[in-house]
Amino acid sequence: MSTADLVLVGPELVLTIAAVVVLLQDAWATGGVLEPQTPRPAAVWGSLAAVGLALVWDVGGRRWGPAFGGMYVRDQFTMIADLAALAAAGLGILLSSAYLPRVRLPAGEYHALLLLATVGAMVMAASGSLITLFLGLEILSFSLYVLAAIARRSRRSLEAGLKYLLLGAFATAFFAYGIALIFGATGSIDLREIGAARPSRLLGAGIALLTVGLAFEGALVPFHAWAPDVYEGAPLPVTAFMSVVAKVGAFAGLLRVFPLALAHLAGVWGPMLAAIAVVTMILGNLAALFQTNLKRLLAYSGIAHAGYLMIGVAAGGPAGTWSVLFYLLVYVAMNLGAFGVLLLLARQGMEADRVEDLAGLSGRAPWAAAALVLFLVSLAGLPLTAGFIAKLYLFRAALGAHQPVPALVGVLTSVVSVYYYLRVASAALSGGAPQAVAVLRNRLVGAALVLATAGVLWLGLFPAGFTAAVQQAARQAAAAVR
Amino acid sequence: MTVPAPYHLALSAVLFTLGMVGVLVRRSALVVFMSIEVMLNAVNLAFVTFARLRGVVDGQLLVFFVLVVAAVEVVIGLAIIVDVFRAMETVDVDDVDLLRG
Repeated sequence: MSTADLVLVGPELVLTIAAVVVLLQDAWATGGVLEPQTPRPAAVWGSLAAVGLALVWDVGGRRWGPAFGGMYVRDQFTMIADLAALAAAGLGILLSSAYLPRVRLPAGEYHALLLLATVGAMVMAASGSLITLFLGLEILSFSLYVLAAIARRSRRSLEAGLKYLLLGAFATAFFAYGIALIFGATGSIDLREIGAARPSRLLGAGIALLTVGLAFEGALVPFHAWAPDVYEGAPLPVTAFMSVVAKVGAFAGLLRVFPLALAHLAGVWGPMLAAIAVVTMILGNLAALFQTNLKRLLAYSGIAHAGYLMIGVAAGGPAGTWSVLFYLLVYVAMNLGAFGVLLLLARQGMEADRVEDLAGLSGRAPWAAAALVLFLVSLAGLPLTAGFIAKLYLFRAALGAHQPVPALVGVLTSVVSVYYYLRVASAALSGGAPQAVAVLRNRLVGAALVLATAGVLWLGLFPAGFTAAVQQAARQAAAAVR
Repeated sequence: MTVPAPYHLALSAVLFTLGMVGVLVRRSALVVFMSIEVMLNAVNLAFVTFARLRGVVDGQLLVFFVLVVAAVEVVIGLAIIVDVFRAMETVDVDDVDLLRG
């Protein structure tokens, strides 16, 4: 381990140290009280500062290269994925600042775990070997298990944590067995050496098991069953953060394994991943049609978007890689934005998570309603929004890889998704406001909504700069593993 | 006399399958959790066997990482299970079913 290695892992290092400091500072200040009545600004600002510093280091650092004997790789691919993860963390912290003191959740633990989950996703994006990928996945999912169960008085939150933990640990065992088989087949855990190895049946079995673990984290069918229950049971800000950060980690990991390391076997895994993408899009979108609970609706919408992202992974090649990276950036902004508007509402002090709770929002908070409509339209992928361009890139990558079926199913299911997104939007634009639902005013949540709106508009109206960046990242990462 | 590697691998596969069946069949969260630990230990056995077979030390190294991960999983898992038991007085996964839809 040298100083150069530590400089390369700087962003992760900053967040890890900040997580420990925030946890200790909070324990010191509250004297170990688990349910503080007062807001804890130190935890909020401390973690925001850490995210900001990591962001500057990540984007401004401009130092690339492998670290720790090739186990960790910092390149432009890592930079873009880290940008998505850090944006999720920053928005997640801002969005939860009103919710935590209201529901009396432990602020120190919440912020520390949120930072650690971000570190997990970043480590997955930077993995040069399967050990790193495994550790990143575990750091990410352990933090999310605890976050899902963090409302210890709520039975629903505990149930969400228990289900997530049991199913997640089950998927982890498959993932680890996959690494063992790959190691047995190739004699190595380094992704470059695995990519250069001769294909064998043992290697194929190992990679299939590895996919189970990553598909679970990304909520891909048939490993999606946990998502609706966990999304519904977990506290709303946790659901919001989890829905994006787990996808960033899982898809960065999938890209590192499939299009980058195993590029020469694309003929073997391409059709299988395309089949997963098709099934995931169809099931996610159809199930979302029948939901009345907003958290469940967004959970199925999250499954559907995992299917869209999988189109790019299945297409492979540089085009597939960069279109997934671009989609991840867009998804962070639009999905956290949509959850952010829900966090502005409270039904008798509880979460306002029914579609009808949104009624009359346009009259009471016109800006929030306008932002919500923008996020929903972008999630549906209608033209002139970031979601449209991101989907277009994915479909084009699939056609370029001669996979017309996922592209076609993607277009058709997007049409279906317009129905349920606009049902939510029309609820927000019409009707009288229910008495029980209050609209909260909070500057930090407002700031998060402004940032998310700016992100969606920027990526939608001026995508050229980001497109060039992700294209270069994909080319550089592909060249490095040749 | 040493036992040949295929037997170790077969034992690892059998243990992994037993753990998997345990997760799918048993209803107590604690037993499900224990079965997952059996699966992870089957993984460790496979790592050690492959490391010997290939003469590469990486496999032995990975065992330590899996052990640490399994230990953390136990800590987090038991904490959540204890909280669930306090709230609902049961750890049977069939009785923990508020979330349906």
